[in-house]
Amino acid sequence: MEECKEREKIYACWLCNFPYIGNGQIHRLSELCGGPEGVYLAKPEIWGNVLSPQQTARLKEYTANWRPEKSYHEIQAKGIRIVTVKDTDYPDRLREISDAPYCLFVKGKLPDEEAPAVAVIGARECSEYGKYVANLLGRVLGKYKVTVISGMARGIDGISQMAALEAGGSSIGVLGCGVDICYPAQNKALYERLIREGGVISSYPLSTPARPQNFPPRNRIVSGLADVIIVVEARIKSGTLITVDMALEQGREVYVVPGRVTDRLSDGCNRLIRQGAGVLWNLEEFVEELWAIRNRKKGNCHVRMSNSNLCWDSGMKTEKEQYNPYCGGAEMGTAKIIKLSSELTSIYEVLDFSPQSAEEIRGKLAGKFEERQIMMLLMELCVEKMAIQISPGRFCRGKG
Amino acid sequence: MYSTIYSGALLGIKSYLVSVEVDISRGLPAFYMVGFLSTEVRESRERVVVALKNVGLDLPPCRVTVNLSPADRKKEGTAFDLPIAVGMLESLEMISHGAAENILFLGELGLDGEVKAVKGVLPIVREAAAKGMKECIVPKANVREGAVIPGIRVRGAGNILDIIHFLTAKQEEREKILPVNWVDTAGLFGEDVSTGGEKPDFSDVTGQDMARRAAEIAAAGFHNLLMVGPPGAGKSMIAKRIPGILPSLTLEESLEVTSIASVAGLMEEGEALVTERPFKSPHHTISQPALIGGNAMPRPGMISLAHRGVLFLDELPEFQRTVLDALRQPMEDRRVNIARASGNVTYPSDFMLVCAMNPCPCGYYPDKNKCRCTGPQVRRYMGRISGPILDRIDLCVELQSVDFFSLKERYKEESSEEIRKRVSRARQCQKDRFEGTNYRFNADIEASAIGKYCTIGEEEQQCMEQLYSSLQLSARAYHRILRVARTIADLEQTDKIKVEHLMEASFYRPSLEYWGC
Repeated sequence: MEECKEREKIYACWLCNFPYIGNGQIHRLSELCGGPEGVYLAKPEIWGNVLSPQQTARLKEYTANWRPEKSYHEIQAKGIRIVTVKDTDYPDRLREISDAPYCLFVKGKLPDEEAPAVAVIGARECSEYGKYVANLLGRVLGKYKVTVISGMARGIDGISQMAALEAGGSSIGVLGCGVDICYPAQNKALYERLIREGGVISSYPLSTPARPQNFPPRNRIVSGLADVIIVVEARIKSGTLITVDMALEQGREVYVVPGRVTDRLSDGCNRLIRQGAGVLWNLEEFVEELWAIRNRKKGNCHVRMSNSNLCWDSGMKTEKEQYNPYCGGAEMGTAKIIKLSSELTSIYEVLDFSPQSAEEIRGKLAGKFEERQIMMLLMELCVEKMAIQISPGRFCRGKG
Repeated sequence: MYSTIYSGALLGIKSYLVSVEVDISRGLPAFYMVGFLSTEVRESRERVVVALKNVGLDLPPCRVTVNLSPADRKKEGTAFDLPIAVGMLESLEMISHGAAENILFLGELGLDGEVKAVKGVLPIVREAAAKGMKECIVPKANVREGAVIPGIRVRGAGNILDIIHFLTAKQEEREKILPVNWVDTAGLFGEDVSTGGEKPDFSDVTGQDMARRAAEIAAAGFHNLLMVGPPGAGKSMIAKRIPGILPSLTLEESLEVTSIASVAGLMEEGEALVTERPFKSPHHTISQPALIGGNAMPRPGMISLAHRGVLFLDELPEFQRTVLDALRQPMEDRRVNIARASGNVTYPSDFMLVCAMNPCPCGYYPDKNKCRCTGPQVRRYMGRISGPILDRIDLCVELQSVDFFSLKERYKEESSEEIRKRVSRARQCQKDRFEGTNYRFNADIEASAIGKYCTIGEEEQQCMEQLYSSLQLSARAYHRILRVARTIADLEQTDKIKVEHLMEASFYRPSLEYWGC
């Protein structure tokens, strides 16, 4: 039995590494021939039932150069696993979507079936607000052992995944290229951490470069692996919204982080809210809801988690600010209270996630300070890491 | 007959005296010119012969030999027309022998005998005075330039005929024909003169308090300044106003600036001295020789023309990288040495570098509502500026786009004159501090001397350590903050650098590493 499965994988590896074949075709071929090994042994005329003549010719050529066992072992030696839809460890959530990938290349772990999984997605070019929310979400989800699924892209994706790992949680990166390629290259550190502490998944053959057309099919895996998806920031025309559509087709819940009406980067989110998406507002409720969804799916009874200390404002608080109506006055474990002078406090209160110039900040304080005083106080806040100098003249609230 | 007339030639902004030797003898009519001459000097024979004919002097057929000595140095320019003509007249005994003794001649001749303007009058007259010559005759258009030099009588001539009259007249009548010109240099540097005229003033700049302040600090310590901001925020406007808040040129500085302008042929007719600080803003397509100086024959580039003034590079990332990198050595040494096959010259290049740039290709980063540039695009754009140039910039300021409402309520801002008073005071502090050293401004302080001139107390030391760790400063950035803090303290006339000075200096630190991340 074990031997048999192994052989199946060797040939699944052969079939799925063939670049010129669609996922549906792989499904049909293997059904027709009774598994990948059957496909390998079948005559090219039988392939012709599913594949076009051109594809058949290419597959013939490809097969002539492929040594199934040797290649399979080489791939295994690189630490890459192959999981097919027939395997028991294939993610259940993914199995239930239409057009589930026949086989996945996995580096690292697959998502934990017991824990809820959330896809955190959003713009690559995000604002400071987006960065802040992505980071906070990642931390909270990581802390409560919720798996964070995302595309390992720049911006929201990568930030939330990194934060989840840093909070001791697990995260899965779904790539639009082969799992042996780190795209984007700047997320190398995240890629390596994901392999160690989470997992990197792709349905594409090894060494496939990241091409634009690879990403929409990749997005269906992102939403497919998750119970719930959260959109942090998206413009009105955004690739993120493709993922949302797929998630809805797959019957996933969609939550949206609301934004200000003046922020173009939140237009896509706000429109989703208008269309009836859930608003991500109370983190405590959200995490509870998440476990409820997971347990319902698993048929377990719903166990209430005690997590009464979540709030949006994970940053440091000034004395005045200790009570936050949105979270019942509680605060996250990592937050610390720093006593600030009244001048620093008043400036800190004006700071926001959107970068503001020193002149704007001064304007908001109605000339309470002189321009040079403002500069000094801002730099002092920067030293305390309660403000960030985002560009030579603009500041936003620090992450703490 | 043989005669010798004195003239001068340029070497960089220095000059040397040239003796123009003319020999006329009988023989087949011919005209020979020797002495390592460039084409325009060689062509002078046609100009001279025709000009003399056209003023009514018939030259007999004869054999003319002209030698420009020292004969091993390459001669350039058209200033030798006049001395050659005078030499021929003396050799032909149309003017008496010795009439042109101890007089230096400079000038180009037109075919009608007009004496036209030439380059480099100031440095040549200065050299002549230094060599003990008592008198010189230069083109009328350049006479005020030469007249600045004390100890030498400078006369301006408009036509070769005037010169012939002058040389043939008796000593006492000479003054009537070509009077000596005098320029009152003290008058040129009077208070009222420097502020006269319609000059761009800082009171025209509405808002942009941070940038105004940065410009003031930069002017006070001669720090290089980088302005970042969206299109139309007023970057060029502020840059153009910086020369106006620098202290006025001293006579010595003015002579340097005038010499360079004179060598480059940029002096206007009748202009005696350059009294305003230069402001040069070359287009970003400028070539390296045009910026640094030199050609086949060395001549001053933009950096030398901006000597003692402001070199403004607008759209910094658009400049060719190799061109910008060539600025490194001249900025360090405050002069540039240009070596070519034809010679080796040094031009001064002590300028204040002011740069302006957009923060990203579209210009609106980090305003995400307007800017759609991706992170890598922004980083690539920033990456076009070479690090070594950025290292030489002490202050960086970001400008905001001016909104409609602040334009409407135009209240008068502080004028350049008021800012300049503060800047001059800060400069005086620096002058006292650096008495007897090679340094002149705070921007010159080297890393090794930071400890000596930018001393800070216990509390300030702690503050710097905090800044160092929380802002992740490099050693270079650390020194820059101290230098700028020194200037801020000077502006406030305090000896001790305080915490607030350090904080303000760190606000303006140029670190673009975090952009587009």
